[in-house]
Amino acid sequence: MVLEPERLQSSVLVIRATSGWVALDLRALWEYRELLYFLTWRDIKVRYKQTLLGVAWAIIQPVMIMVVFTIFFGHLAKVPSDGFPYPIFTLCALLPWQLFAHALTESSNSVVANERLITKIYFPRLIIPLSAVLAGLVDFIFAFFVLLAMMFYYGIQPTSAVWTLPLFVLLAVMTALSVGLWLSALNVQYRDVRYTVPFITQLWLFISPVAYPSSIVPEPWRFFYSLNPMVGVIEGFRWALLGRAEGPGPLLAVSVVVVVLLLASGLYYFRRMEKTFADVV
Amino acid sequence: MSEIVIRAEGLGKLYRIGERERYYTFRDTLANAFTAPFRWLRNRRQPTLENVGPSPSASNSQSAIRHPPSGLARSPSAIRNPQSEFIWALKDVSFEIKQGEVVGVIGRNGAGKSTLLKILSRITEPTEGYAEIHGRVGSLLEVGTGFHPELTGRENIYLNGAILGMKKREIERKFDEIVAFAEVEKFIDTPVKHYSSGMYVRLAFAVAAHLEPEILLVDEVLSVGDAAFQKKCLGKMGDVAKEGRTVLFVSHNMGAISSLCNKTIYLADGQIRATGPTEKIVTDYLSEVFQDRIESLEQARLAGYGQHVRLSDVRLLSNDGSNLLFGQPIKYALTIESDIDAEDLSIATGIFNSSGTCIGTSFTKEKLSVKANQKLTLRLTISNLNLAPGSYYTAFSIGRGGQEAARHDLDIVIGKPAFQVLPISENEGPFANWSSGWGNIVLKDVQLMIDDE
Repeated sequence: MVLEPERLQSSVLVIRATSGWVALDLRALWEYRELLYFLTWRDIKVRYKQTLLGVAWAIIQPVMIMVVFTIFFGHLAKVPSDGFPYPIFTLCALLPWQLFAHALTESSNSVVANERLITKIYFPRLIIPLSAVLAGLVDFIFAFFVLLAMMFYYGIQPTSAVWTLPLFVLLAVMTALSVGLWLSALNVQYRDVRYTVPFITQLWLFISPVAYPSSIVPEPWRFFYSLNPMVGVIEGFRWALLGRAEGPGPLLAVSVVVVVLLLASGLYYFRRMEKTFADVV
Repeated sequence: MSEIVIRAEGLGKLYRIGERERYYTFRDTLANAFTAPFRWLRNRRQPTLENVGPSPSASNSQSAIRHPPSGLARSPSAIRNPQSEFIWALKDVSFEIKQGEVVGVIGRNGAGKSTLLKILSRITEPTEGYAEIHGRVGSLLEVGTGFHPELTGRENIYLNGAILGMKKREIERKFDEIVAFAEVEKFIDTPVKHYSSGMYVRLAFAVAAHLEPEILLVDEVLSVGDAAFQKKCLGKMGDVAKEGRTVLFVSHNMGAISSLCNKTIYLADGQIRATGPTEKIVTDYLSEVFQDRIESLEQARLAGYGQHVRLSDVRLLSNDGSNLLFGQPIKYALTIESDIDAEDLSIATGIFNSSGTCIGTSFTKEKLSVKANQKLTLRLTISNLNLAPGSYYTAFSIGRGGQEAARHDLDIVIGKPAFQVLPISENEGPFANWSSGWGNIVLKDVQLMIDDE
């Protein structure tokens, strides 16, 4: 193999200590896109290996929660459901919720879980939480078919706004990623994160309109309530799929702004900390 | 071609002691936040190295590491100051490597070899200095990085290839070659958790061996697998070198270094002690080993071994501790310490000649056992080994279970003790000159006969 002189010129790599904030370097990320693909593929492949039910777990989990919520919140507590049958009302929220919760959990642990890779080889570290988040989408797709079947059963037609659904999925994924970036980088230094993640997702479930409609939140509190981006995601899902009367309004914009801020800060914090990962993890 | 492809200028890496092993919980940080002001006061009165002791929160420790106080940075005595919270794993390392050179990096444990490779492969950042690399870098710090036991051989080839930086098309093209090299055709669709350890290593190395970067950084990875496969790997490495690619190769195996590298860097205590033609540097290095400059067994221990059961002392039993007469049995006193109860242990000892080649290994037949926190002292005797006059050093391993290769090594120590076999025989007086070309063992009790047909 002979080095072409131009190539030599073009690929000078300078290694030195960096200080402070570092650029995002999306180009490096793009160069390693195949690794992102393979790591995501690995996470998907490995997830249900040596399980009896395999990928059925992706369906069982949301369906079981739906059944429990329907019994306790729908029938016993008589929580309102915006005029829809309670099972479909809650399942419609459980899908983006589970996508979010899994992606958050997986990405928070991802850097520590991939310690071997990080201490032995270089690649843009962002790939690790990214692949953890992306792998969760497969479960979502399987569960989505169940939702479609349920809608068919209840005779509910998706609205013409169904095309916006990918945007809400994106918003859920971005929310998980932005928090996951913070937590995965913090987890390298402070293993407390491992114990807080289940706690965070649990609390977050209660402040998201999964089991109840956001319409029960009194008006003066709505703004604070929609600082939680999952409110926008879940209401968006119900609007696009079930045709809930009220479309996403200015409160969705609040959600988006929150996610963008969280994501930007998460990315920069992660990039800033990543150079210490191999030494500390 | 004399283009410089790697240039390092004053590379240094400062580690907090124990940083690699430790992570903090938030509680530690809180506790530290409370004690920090007191420490600061104390340090102001007493300007010591502790001055730089940061609170272990991420940003602080980083900034302190990035900007070490100039006093510390310059004082060479700080390099291994036991009082210091910091250690320079690498300090002032500068060198240039030209295109097509195969450069060996040698040195004892903790000399900074792996840190150097980690910096050059961008796994960790240097604290000071810089390096310039021209060309596509592939690094191989471990064989089988990212292998997943649940995935099949085929899947792992793709995954591992991508991790090492190969493109999917490149892997597809080389797939059959990789499988053939690893000799695992039959099991390619079996999860690798069902592989024997030999197969696993072969597959992992096969992927790595087909990496075709312009610059290859290799850490001690040839020490795995059986001898035949090691030879094959060495051959492959040799091919890589012949293709004009640049290789930086860390190893303890002086034989491999000598046969592959034309130039060698000798690191000691994080600094370059010598650099030059391999033959000279290896001889210098080994002569230091022979002078028994290895003060503690710790330096001779292979990384990762001796966690629970370890050799705490090895001594050569002879009149003066380092010289033997020809034909004299070689006797060692070994002290074994253990944190755990362990049974079914055996000892192996290997003897290395002055060019760093292992000339033979022997395993004890008797098994022994140790109790937790017990110190066991025993005597090991090698008899009937007619070592030719010359310099040698010894390696020991404590292994559990099985016979020979099937043992599971708990501790491996290479390099101590070193000794000389004098050209004097106990019974026969002075020994006639032994030519080094005749090898290291005098086949004294072997009979060589000529029969007429």
